[in-house]
Formats: sequence, C-alpha cells, structure tokens
Amino acid sequence: MTEPLLCELSVPGRRGVRFPQPDVPLAELPKELARQHFPMPELSEVDVVRHFTRLSKLNYCIDEGMYPLGSCTMKYNPKINEETARLPGFANLHPLQPIETVQGALILMYELQEMLKEIGGFAGVTLQPAAGAQGELTGVLIIRAYHKSRGDLQRTKVLIPDSAHGTNPATSAMSGMQVVEIPSDARGNVDLNALRQHCDNTLAGLMLTNPNTLGLFDENVLEAARLVHEAGGLVYGDGANLNALMGIVRPGELGIDVMHFNLHKTFSTPHGGGGPGSGPVGVAAHLVDFLPAPIVDIIEEGDEETAPLYGFVTPPKTIGRVKSFLGQFGMMVRAYTYIRMNGPDGLRAVSEAAVLNANYLLSKLRDYYHLPYDRICMHEFVLEGVWPDAPEVHALDIAKRMMDYGLHPPTNYFPLIVHEALMIEPTETESKQSLDNFADVMIKIAEEAHTQPELLKSAPHITPVGRLDEVKAAKELVLCCGVGALEAEAA
Amino acid sequence: MFVPHTVDDREAMLQAIGVKRLEDLFQDVPAQHRFPQLDLPPALTEMEALQELREIASVNETTQDLVCFLGAGAYNHYVPAAVDSILRRGEFYTAYTPYQPEVSQGTLQAIFDYQSLIAALTGMDVSNASHYDGATAVAEAVSMAYANFRGKRAKVVLSPALHPQYRQVVHTYNLGTPIQFVGEDLDLQAGPEALLPYIDNNTALVIVQYPDFFGRIYDYTKLAEAVHAAGALLSVAVNPLALAIFAPPGQFGADIVTGEGQPLGIPLSYGGPYLGIFATKQEYVRKMAGRLVGETVDNRGQRAYVLTLTAREQHIRREKATSNICTNQGLMALASTVYMSLLGKEGLREVAELNYHKAHYAAQQITALPGYSLWSNAPFFNEFAVRCPKPVSEINAHLLDHDILGGYELGQDYPGMENVMLVAVTEMNSREDIDLLVDVLSEVSHD
Repeated sequence: MTEPLLCELSVPGRRGVRFPQPDVPLAELPKELARQHFPMPELSEVDVVRHFTRLSKLNYCIDEGMYPLGSCTMKYNPKINEETARLPGFANLHPLQPIETVQGALILMYELQEMLKEIGGFAGVTLQPAAGAQGELTGVLIIRAYHKSRGDLQRTKVLIPDSAHGTNPATSAMSGMQVVEIPSDARGNVDLNALRQHCDNTLAGLMLTNPNTLGLFDENVLEAARLVHEAGGLVYGDGANLNALMGIVRPGELGIDVMHFNLHKTFSTPHGGGGPGSGPVGVAAHLVDFLPAPIVDIIEEGDEETAPLYGFVTPPKTIGRVKSFLGQFGMMVRAYTYIRMNGPDGLRAVSEAAVLNANYLLSKLRDYYHLPYDRICMHEFVLEGVWPDAPEVHALDIAKRMMDYGLHPPTNYFPLIVHEALMIEPTETESKQSLDNFADVMIKIAEEAHTQPELLKSAPHITPVGRLDEVKAAKELVLCCGVGALEAEAA
Repeated sequence: MFVPHTVDDREAMLQAIGVKRLEDLFQDVPAQHRFPQLDLPPALTEMEALQELREIASVNETTQDLVCFLGAGAYNHYVPAAVDSILRRGEFYTAYTPYQPEVSQGTLQAIFDYQSLIAALTGMDVSNASHYDGATAVAEAVSMAYANFRGKRAKVVLSPALHPQYRQVVHTYNLGTPIQFVGEDLDLQAGPEALLPYIDNNTALVIVQYPDFFGRIYDYTKLAEAVHAAGALLSVAVNPLALAIFAPPGQFGADIVTGEGQPLGIPLSYGGPYLGIFATKQEYVRKMAGRLVGETVDNRGQRAYVLTLTAREQHIRREKATSNICTNQGLMALASTVYMSLLGKEGLREVAELNYHKAHYAAQQITALPGYSLWSNAPFFNEFAVRCPKPVSEINAHLLDHDILGGYELGQDYPGMENVMLVAVTEMNSREDIDLLVDVLSEVSHD
C-alpha cells in the first residue's frame, strides 16, 4: 500500500507539539508584513512518528545488510559515534561562543587535524569543507591561488583522467579552469604519454584518484606526479578511495600536493540518505598558507600549570571561507571517535581487510563476469554486466535482480570507461559469510541471465515498488504535493 | 575493531585469492612508501572512547550551562524528542543517496515531503533536496543566476546586511569567475532602497536577507519590482522560522529563496551539520543545482518517487554542470521535515510568535537602560542590534561571569560597530533569563 504524503495526512485542527504560554507581554505584529496564508500540515505526534517510521521501512540500509556501492565506501557506522556526537557538551555549543568556553571542541578539532595529517602525510588540514565535492572545490581553489601567488596566471589547465568522478571536472569548471581529459592505459593507469603532451606552462594540475575508480592502484603515480611537478603543476588527490590506503601508504608521500578526505566514507560517519558528509582537505607544506580560514591551532602555549589555549588562526594567503561557521562538527566528533577506537594498527587492519574482501569477492566472481582490467585490485573492482551470449541483459537488470535476493546492488554505469559497469566495493566490515552470500547471488543471477533473462528484465519483484517510469517523472515534473501551489493561489 | 574476520577466515580468503600473505595484495604500492608506521594514539575500546569523549565534551560550557543570547545565523531552539528518534532510525541514517529507487522509497518520499514543505513555507514553486548550509545556498544562487544569463550579465549586488560569512563564501566560490560584486560598502542604515542605483541591465542577481543579519525585516516588494524591471533576479536568504509569521518571499516576488535551515529542529552542534534551503520558481527548475525528487508511477501502477532531472548534475554533465554538488544534507533535511510536521501550522506560528514577543520584551527592557538604544527602528523578528555604552567584548566578558552568553559583537565584521551587540532571543529564554540579562547589562553601564 502506498504511504500518503504529509499534506494528505493533514487534518485541520490537529497538532503535535505545544509550547509554553508567553511569559512576557505580547508585542504587536506589523500588519503590513504579516503572513496571511500558511499552508502547513496539521498532524499529531503519533501521525508524524508513524508516517516516518512506515517510510523508513521502505529503505534498504547498512544496518540491514551489505551495501556494495563502488566508490561510496558503505561501511558499517558504529553506534557509539551516534552517542558521542550527541553528548550535550558537543551538541549544545553555539558556533560563535568565546573560545574559552569551547576548548573541548577545539581540542577535538585540533587533534582530528593532526590525525588526518598523519594518516594522509600532509603538513596542514582544514576541516571546513562540507563534503567531498566541496573539498575538491577548496583544493582546486588552493591550486589556483598558489599559481596566482607566483604570477603564473596562465596556468588554468586541469588534467583529469577519463575514469574520474564527475565532481572532478565540475569542480574545475566552477573554479574557472579548463578541463582536459586524459585517457587510461591498457592496465587502467593514467596514460603517461597523453599526460606528457599536456605538461607545459599552462598546466595548473592533475586531479588523480588513487586507487582509481577501477579499484586499481595507479602504477604510474610517482612518475605522473614527477611529470606534473616538473612542468610546474600540482597534483590533486581525490580521497574518495582512501579506505584502501590507511597505514598502507600516505598519499602525501606519493607526490599528492592536496587531497580531500571523505569522513563519511573512510571514517565511518553515516551517509544519512545523501548527507551530511564532511570533506576535510590536507595540503603539503607549500600550500598551508592558502588553506581556508579559520584553522584551529594552539594560540597560547601551555606550561606545567596551565593548559594550552586553542583558538583560530587565519592562514596568511587564505582562499577565504568555504562554509559558514566551522564545518560539519558533528561528523568530526564521529570520525574522531572512530580513529581513536581503531588506533594506528586498527586503521591499517581496516584497509587491509577492505582490500582482502574485494580481492576475495573478485576471485569468486571472475569466472562468471568479464573483468576488463585483470589485476590485483584494491578496495573495489569493476566487472562488466553483460555477456555476448545473453545480449538482452544489461547491468541495470542485474542490479535490479539483486534486490530480489535482499541485497543492495553495486554502483552501475560508472566508471564510464567500462561498458555496462558494475562497480563493487564490499568494505572491510563484511564477513566472509556475507561475501559468500553476495557471490552466490551474483553467480545465480549470471546463470539466470542465460536461462531466464525475463526474470532479470522484470526485476525487482519483491521490493515495495517495481521499476519506475523515470521519463514520466522528468516530463511531468511533479516536485511537491500541491501546498506550494495553494500558496501561489492565495498570494 | 569493526573487521569481523577470524584468523581462519583470513587464511581461507587469501588461499582463494591465490596469495600467501596479506602484504602480497599491495605489490603495486611503491615499496619505499609502503606500510608507514602511523604515529597515532593506540586503540581504545568503546567504553574507553566514550569516557575520553565525555571528558573532552565536559570541558565545554554549553547553551544548557549558560543563558544564550547568541544568534547571528545559528539559534538555540527547542527540538522535540520525536525528531531525533526518527533520525536515529538506521533505515534513514545508514542508507545511501537514493540512486536505487526501488529500495529507497523512504528517503525519496521524505525528500518529496521536504520539498513540499519548503515550497509552502517560502511561497515558491519548487525546492531542491538541500545544500550544505545557508552560506553555500547563497553561493549556488549566484552560480544559477550567472548561468541563467549565460554569462552575459556579470554583476551581482550583495546587500551589506547579508550575513558576513555568507558573503565571504560567495567571494571564495567566485575566485575563478568574472562576476563583479557590488553593494557591500553601502550605508548599513539605508535599507533596501540603497541597492537600487546598482541595478542595471548588466545585473544578474540581487541578494538580500530576510530578516537581515541585523535582524531587520524589510518589505522587499519595491526592490523586487526594480530588479525585475532591469531583467535581473532577486534572491532572498531567509530564517525559515520567521516565515511562519512574516510574508513569504514568494509573495513579494523573489526568484530564488535560500536559507539556513538550522532553526527547524537541528541542534547547534558547534556550527554543523546544518541545512541549506534552496527554492525557486518553476521556470528556473532546470537551472537549479542539487538533487530533486519527482513523483511518478512504477510498473505496477503505484505512485512512487525518484531522483529526477539528473541530467543537470555533475555525474552526467561533468564540466558542463553549474555546480559540483553531490552529497548534500539529506538527514538534516529529514530533521527539518519531521520538525515542521510535528509543529505544523499552529506550532510553527506559536514558536515564531514566542520568539517575536520575547525578543521585543528584551529589546524594550534593554533600551530602557541608560546608555543602551536600538541601532535600528525597523521591525525585527527574534534578533536586534543594540548600541551599548561600552565595547561589546568588554560587556560579554562581564556577562560570561554571570553565566550569560552575550550577543554577537558586530565590530568583528563591521568596523566602527564595536559597541553594537546583536541580541537573539528565542523560546528557550524565559522572562527570568531576560531580566537577568537586563540586570547585568545595567551593572555594566554603571561601572
């Protein structure tokens, strides 16, 4: 049965929360500015709680099972994170309080900056960016500011491999840069010959995802970084795939000058159905002065009797602010909790298991699905969701059929360089049994694709809704339940 | 800690892969950089981690320990228990972006509910699924307006009374664009008419705030007429709670409404995560960035919801997209949706009126003190600027001694306003709180 919308559940006169009566004299409201028509729903608390609880049951989630979305790192979100982020000492702080009253929050931010510097091999970190894409914007603006500070105004070209996330070219364009796409070579690495051709004095930088979106560690990374640096450019690292590298290698040591971290991928903060994320940015020593302001730092050293005083500093050549206040603080508390609970050995164990899980799954699936780049993978791998002897079946059909077996499908149709891509990232939190079950389902589906393709074409069958008419959604564009229209009529 | 493998599991898995040791999986990583020893503190158990975090948190003085009159873009409001109860459902917070609609109808319909409520609240036709916060939503409005005129209009008028941090973010976002920003040096007391001389046929967008950074509520009808006469767009940054009692921007002709959604049921949490509201007119829907949920039907004839117009977005358009936004503030949009539906038509008005009455009581009591006066006579919602007899920094230090978190020191952003305090009063402040503030302020003026 279809769950009604809030506006359909509304009953005039019904209400949920009440507030105390005013304990001050009433002030007059300015009539000419007063709102006349206020078409908001009228519901009881029970109505509201049941509505959202029923809606929640229509979702698949990590708490229910494996969520192997490649490039998204859908690992288990520890419950303790939700407790620490809600401690009153964190949840009830105003962002503009005097620093003397928020030393705990500032210590946590400072320590998290230090931890991310250590993990990434960077000299400086900003926690301000709200998500990975905003971290990218921050990073590319830093690259731009760096060249500008050196009088290199002509450096506006950003090289982006054809396997990159769509955010990379979008970010570069937003930053006023020209995007040049670089092909991948036969082993899935950045094609060094193509790269070399663009290494001239208009080069601003290279945006590199490593491991790349094929799940492969770029074997050319040191040489690519050398070429870019030699030509006067900088290397941006897309940290979306850092889950493969903690304690394995520091990106900063590979020649990455600036990189964003995704706290909501690598450091277990929940994805929340599409955010909030958090995208801190780490930079090498030569870029520290360009970081967004403010940065948390020790502003008065302590001694034996007094604790140091934490506060804010403005980097001398800062690109400015990218977000209001201090960033997604609640996500920082969760990430800090996670790093503290893992410690250095635990983080390495996370990355090792993430890579072990992906390779194990790959070993079980490689005889059933075509593997376009046959190498040991890192934390994820990409298969083709198509067979020459089952031409009517596509990656989409495989994805939809997985839902019938109670699993979330992998990312599909990305990266763009693989035909009918199925991009699988199991993460370290899946057990061997969970991976075996996933492999069994995919093998079963491969068999069905050849014997009963209609089962795949018509899937999913057991989900709350079947395949949707996306053309109708885009053509008819119904984007709200009609209360907005009511407002327009009254106005 | 969260890796489930036993030694036997690991051995069996390595064997299936065909390698002897875990290290063999990392041969592609340059040997000289492989396996650095991370200098991080050793691991804690959950029990120890909670203890450590509690200790760190206890160092802070919170808005529960102090009486809070601080606002300036983030407000201390009551959040009903049911909001967090819904947010804590793993089905919501441990789900991903709803790219697979058949198993994501909960998130999709909740976003559709959100879009519906935001459209109704702002008086606009459509809302997207959210931006990061109030500041970045304004920056996205600039990008949208610039793209709307295909770069042919290169001027954006920024009201000097727009939140200083929002203006800073707008400037950062446009370091690489040719957009020229004007208006920020105008007289703060002049009101919206002062922006008129800047509006011409090279203007893409005019941005004002409602209530503005100083808490003032202006009727922007005339401004909207002038903006539209010049063929430009008007963007209004709102405090959404104020819209429960004041005319919505859709009514006076706004083309884009942005806002900081934090007052709608989101904890202060030291500045984030918050919620960027973004709504516009139907005619600009294809120019809007961010995710959008649309209604459709499934192959069984049921009503259902799906991400739509995705061809606008970065994962399809890549360098041709107007924004790079991907992850947004999904769970915060859910929080605001639960909040708005719990309070509903009556509750939202009630809490907005409480804010209004308490703020006006506070303003009246404070300005009755010698040496204190209102900085502006314009109507206001729950925040107002007060001229003080001494620098605000000095007064706030004194207030803090009495466990009061004083108002925002406007001199931090506006030179010459060192003695002007921006005071926010919400439903969380009792009459006793306000009277205490007034008492201590009176002591200050006598010192």
